[in-house]
Amino acid sequence: MEGLFFNVNYGYVEGVVRGYKSGLLSSNQYVNLTQCDNLEDLKLQLASTDYGNFLAQHSGPLSTSVIQDNLSKKLYQQFQYLKSNSSGRLTQFLDFISYGYMIDNVSLMITGTLHERDRSEILSKCHPLGWFDTLPTLSIATDIESLYSTVLIDTPLAPFFKNCLTVDDLDDLNIEIIRNRLYKNYLEAFVEFVEKEFGNPDDEIMTRLLSFEADKRVINIALNSLNNPDLSAEDKLSLFPSYGKLYPTYHNELSQVDDFEQLKQIVENVGEYKDIFNESSDSGSGAKNLEDWFYLLEMQYCKNAFTQQFTLSTVWAWLRSKEQEIRNVTWIAECIAQNQKNRIENYISVY
Amino acid sequence: MSGAGNREQVFPTRMTLGLMKGKLKGAQQGHSLLKRKSEALTKRFRDITQRIDDAKRKMGRVMQTAAFSLAEVQYATGDNIAYQVQESVQKARFQVKAKQENVSGVYLPTFESHINEEINDFKFTGLGRGGQQVQKAKLVYTRAVETLVELASLQTAFIILDEVIKVTNRRVNAIEHVIIPRTENTISYINSELDELDREEFYRLKKVQEKKQEAQAAAELEENLKKQELENDPVKREEQIQKEVQKLAAGSEDDDLLKENEDDVIF
Repeated sequence: MEGLFFNVNYGYVEGVVRGYKSGLLSSNQYVNLTQCDNLEDLKLQLASTDYGNFLAQHSGPLSTSVIQDNLSKKLYQQFQYLKSNSSGRLTQFLDFISYGYMIDNVSLMITGTLHERDRSEILSKCHPLGWFDTLPTLSIATDIESLYSTVLIDTPLAPFFKNCLTVDDLDDLNIEIIRNRLYKNYLEAFVEFVEKEFGNPDDEIMTRLLSFEADKRVINIALNSLNNPDLSAEDKLSLFPSYGKLYPTYHNELSQVDDFEQLKQIVENVGEYKDIFNESSDSGSGAKNLEDWFYLLEMQYCKNAFTQQFTLSTVWAWLRSKEQEIRNVTWIAECIAQNQKNRIENYISVY
Repeated sequence: MSGAGNREQVFPTRMTLGLMKGKLKGAQQGHSLLKRKSEALTKRFRDITQRIDDAKRKMGRVMQTAAFSLAEVQYATGDNIAYQVQESVQKARFQVKAKQENVSGVYLPTFESHINEEINDFKFTGLGRGGQQVQKAKLVYTRAVETLVELASLQTAFIILDEVIKVTNRRVNAIEHVIIPRTENTISYINSELDELDREEFYRLKKVQEKKQEAQAAAELEENLKKQELENDPVKREEQIQKEVQKLAAGSEDDDLLKENEDDVIF
């Protein structure tokens, strides 16, 4: 039944997204890219894809960062286009997507403010997707207290700050912890939004994607804080988003693990993540590592998201795929630039 | 280089000769010492060159791995990781200490790297994703910086040693080819001058002796002639005797030794 009226509001955007999706690089194109001998070749190869003449305005020597910047610019343009054509639930949905980037930007600004950096220097580093109007004002507040009470309150992120921080926290808490706590709140709010607003099949797909996102963070945090005595089990627990396949059964255990093997055993209890450690643990430096497996899994979920018609989740899937594509191209460019051809196959391509 | 012209401007006296001999001995000793120093330094220098070669090759490999691990970090974590790391660093984990090493009188600075394992400022960076890559990159870059420090230490030693060896060799050569020949020349010059003086003196003495003998012979001849004259003429002889008697009488009254007037005897 949803499909009946879907196209009235969102048909155009979905069409555009599916168009974008078919512009994603295919495995064949990746193979072609890996054959390149230098970055100029790479540029030529990319010119025949959806990116077209994205490097046309650039003069001077090519570097991987230039390529990455220009690829990202393309992505931002497309996202902005979608956003300006969105309405209703889709606008809210897109807002929620960009909140994730806003969190990064805000924590970046807080870091900068703490260390009294120049505002323009930090602003130039902010992620364009996470841009909001009051972002530059964050740096006007010189001390943390005023930053919180006058500025953060007015940002779209205020609800996430509300639950997790007080004024006293901002000062000495490690910025990474703040960021992760924000992200936890964000994910939980996102899930809530999806469950409330979205009907079938949107919520089915989004729930899967978000629960994967949550699990990914939980596993990563548990893994990265293994040998870190500064982070107590309760702290860790407070950083885990209370969502996902690992929740709530394994969160307690995960917060208490202190070696890799334990972590592995716990995570392997969940069917879908069984393979993650299996192949990553016995890997040499050339094989896939944990991060690669997460990316691969995410890409597969995203690919599956496109199999459903009449759904907004394609936007999310497309955005993630596109980001992965930029990472892939950057990786390939980096391998070419540094002459490390033996690891050039490490990109992740599912389309 | 050698040659009569190349000598010090000195008076050819025995004292200067003594001085010069001392100087020559000093120069030779200094020469052998400096030569040994230069050899020791050169040995060290070769050693360092070898190690620089190794270190540079190693650096090439290590830096490549390091740059690549940074690429991995960027792949796993996204853009702003470098900025986050920069901002979260408070204290230096990797410290370099400078020390001095004495190689035959040359002070070579050596840098020692020291890692304070307790300081780990950005252990939370990439907590959400890519933390392992960040830590791995940290390890790899620590190795890279270690290699760089080693190389820097070697390079500094290389430059300083190079300079010192040049100076030492210049000194060795200066002593060997300028100072020693010149001193030797001076000594031989003094010797020859002294010999010359000796010969002159000897000749002069001989000449004086000769003249004296001539004078003595002439005096004896005159005496003999007078004696003969007296013996031949009795009157005169009588007068002579009278005179002598008077003289003796006068001499007993007024015997003034101070009035004695004799020639100095020259030997």
